[in-house]
Amino acid sequence: MWLFNSSVGRKFVMSITGACLALFLLFHATMNLVAIISEDGYNMICEFLGANWYALVGTLGLAFLAVVHILYAFVLSIINYRARGKERYAVSSRANNVEWSSMNMLVLGFIILAGIVLHLCNFWAKMQLVEILGQEPANGVELIKYTFAQWYFFVPYLLWFVALWYHLTHGIWSAMQTLGWSNNIWLPRIKCISNIIATIIVLMFLVVLVYYFVAGNCCAATCAAI
Amino acid sequence: MDKTINITLKVWRQAGPKAKGHFETYKLNNISTDSSFLEMLDVLNEQLISEKKEPVVFDHDCREGICGMCSLYINGHPHGPDSAVTTCQLHMRRFHDGETITVEPWRSNAFPVIKDLMVDRRAYDKIMQAGGFVSVNTGGVPDANAIPISKKNADEAMDNASCIGCGACAAACKNGSAMLFVAAKVSQLALLPQGKVEAASRVKAMLGKMDELGFGNCTNTGACAAECPKCVPLSAIARLNREFICAKFKD
Repeated sequence: MWLFNSSVGRKFVMSITGACLALFLLFHATMNLVAIISEDGYNMICEFLGANWYALVGTLGLAFLAVVHILYAFVLSIINYRARGKERYAVSSRANNVEWSSMNMLVLGFIILAGIVLHLCNFWAKMQLVEILGQEPANGVELIKYTFAQWYFFVPYLLWFVALWYHLTHGIWSAMQTLGWSNNIWLPRIKCISNIIATIIVLMFLVVLVYYFVAGNCCAATCAAI
Repeated sequence: MDKTINITLKVWRQAGPKAKGHFETYKLNNISTDSSFLEMLDVLNEQLISEKKEPVVFDHDCREGICGMCSLYINGHPHGPDSAVTTCQLHMRRFHDGETITVEPWRSNAFPVIKDLMVDRRAYDKIMQAGGFVSVNTGGVPDANAIPISKKNADEAMDNASCIGCGACAAACKNGSAMLFVAAKVSQLALLPQGKVEAASRVKAMLGKMDELGFGNCTNTGACAAECPKCVPLSAIARLNREFICAKFKD
């Protein structure tokens, strides 16, 4: 099967799964923004998704994409490490135009994976999972307010978003290049598009995080003072 | 005009493919800044021979940047710190007086060291034999302008054809991937009508051979294109991906 046996096939799978996950992030980030605009609206979205069949199908699909993306990442990394040979260069320096993120995608991936685990424990386990188990899910907005106000959650989330930004800035254009959607004119353009999409996604997540951290801490202090 | 420098060389010495290698340090005095890097190595070897020591083995041939024989990973860069030149075109004026210069062979699983700085690059020849050609029935010579080719395609094919197969791309790649080489060879033919006929079978055969020989997977890091002495662009790899994926979907 060329999707597993050939180098371009493996990268093709990496691109498709990565691009789908990026699209999901775009959707997720947009959904989060609603939490700032309207708390009721956000809770409506939580209810709408909940443990309905389409949300479950979506979750399973996402889990499948994530698992394939991660497994392929390990397989590719092992093959690439071996291809480098036993002896390593004593002196090596990064050439111009080589992004730092492109050389550290696996490390960034580990940070993102750790963030996903934390995030699933924080939110998914208390919302969709309990609903699947037949219990009453937590109130979405209240959960956000509580979680993001704690500094020990705020800081890991912040680091997670930074890693995500670096991962996406390389990942998006790299996926397009791997799918063959690039040429001399479009290469700088897809790099620019990649930066824009990554920034939009991360900024949307970040706004919600910072908003509820500030609201949870500063406002509480001000209210107490009054 | 006649400026000279004193340098310290750290050179990789390895007696054979299976032997354990190590760095050897040599001091060279009064090296003319006008001399090329390979001429400097010639001076080193003269010195070693006069001291009754084994000279350093390194690949070289035309010494004018067109044959692709010279290699050398100098101070962390294939073909040295200069851009768009081969090692034979690198001059000592790029280095300072008193500098320590580290010289290593290409390091890639598919390019085993033969001796010292010389590596076995026959893997590239095998990739070419797998499909890097156009099958022609030799007969009467066709008229030169019988097949019209746009200037844009002709130029791009020429840019890709400038690849000399030196191996700097695989040497620079953190994944030991030969994608830029294969991309250049696939591109130069896929862009021209004569090469298009066999494009699908060629890309499958050449890429299959590349994978078989133990080269890595491309992660679009771009070190290959940045270090390529002939400036083969990264977009060639996109064309290779496109050709390969389309060929596979047609199957």
